[in-house]
Amino acid sequence: MSIITIERKVLEKNDEQARHNRDLFTLYQNFVINLVSSPGSGKTSLLEATLAAIKSKISVAVIEGDVQTDLDARRIEKLDVPVVQIVTNGGCHLEARLVNDAMQALDLARTELLIIENVGNLVCPANYDLGEAQKVVVLSVTEGDDKPLKYPAMFRNASVLIVNKIDLLPYVDSTIETLKQNALSINPNLTIFELSCKTGEGIERWCDWLRAQSGSRG
Amino acid sequence: MHELSIAQNIVDIVRQNVPEADWHMIRSVVTIVGEQSGVVPESLRFSFHSITASTELEHTVLDIELVPFMIHCIECGVDSLTEQGSVQCPICGLFATTIVAGTELHVREIKMDESYEVKT
Repeated sequence: MSIITIERKVLEKNDEQARHNRDLFTLYQNFVINLVSSPGSGKTSLLEATLAAIKSKISVAVIEGDVQTDLDARRIEKLDVPVVQIVTNGGCHLEARLVNDAMQALDLARTELLIIENVGNLVCPANYDLGEAQKVVVLSVTEGDDKPLKYPAMFRNASVLIVNKIDLLPYVDSTIETLKQNALSINPNLTIFELSCKTGEGIERWCDWLRAQSGSRG
Repeated sequence: MHELSIAQNIVDIVRQNVPEADWHMIRSVVTIVGEQSGVVPESLRFSFHSITASTELEHTVLDIELVPFMIHCIECGVDSLTEQGSVQCPICGLFATTIVAGTELHVREIKMDESYEVKT
């Protein structure tokens, strides 16, 4: 049998577009995070709490990714922050090309922090680089402390873990120690924040970190 | 189901690497899938067949080679296979490890009909 050897990365096209996006973010000195989680972990609530706390201190823009509807973008618009909605129409993750399209509608030169809220899904977005500086995975305590073990690829590829809804810890069987231990067994380099969007606990520390990261690029 | 998008990428790569007139001579595509790549082999095969049905590639087989997840411990210098993507060294218990294999996702080679001559 005749064999053609190629050795090509399957997602090379997306990786190439992601590199291009990253070059633009570097050019405009944008600090970009890719916010990922399962549906219902509180990504949009976290975004609202974060924007309310920092929008007067640094310039922020948001790209919202959803399978259907612009409900999330409307929530963000109310906070007077530039936002672009990507509707994937069934697609389970954002790809670098979609983010590049959305970037055209934003004034990157006037943006210090760009937050991309990915489609709620702990599996598929793990494989797709969007050009972000850091992948931030949100996990709420109600989802169970074994999630990092069940969805290791996402926790391996992330650099930051946000444990959300810590106000509900008294009502669930998960413990924060087990959750952290499981996450660190997959990725020992994770920076971990524990917070509650409901009570506001931990939001300040997270926002201080975001500002420090954004500032260090300017 | 990101396997559909991944299968489409594989089909695109195959088509770029073989002249269109020879697509019907493609027998199989060898794809390397790490156990911890986040891709389900069965879903990938299903997606590949769905995309290639009624095309020149409809008889092409997607040949998946699964690569086990392996880490290298910086402390004890030993390579170990671990379960469920854990990066904890099973020998010394430390996390000072690097991933050696098991997260890859690439197309290795395309196998053509016997009669096909590979142009170099």
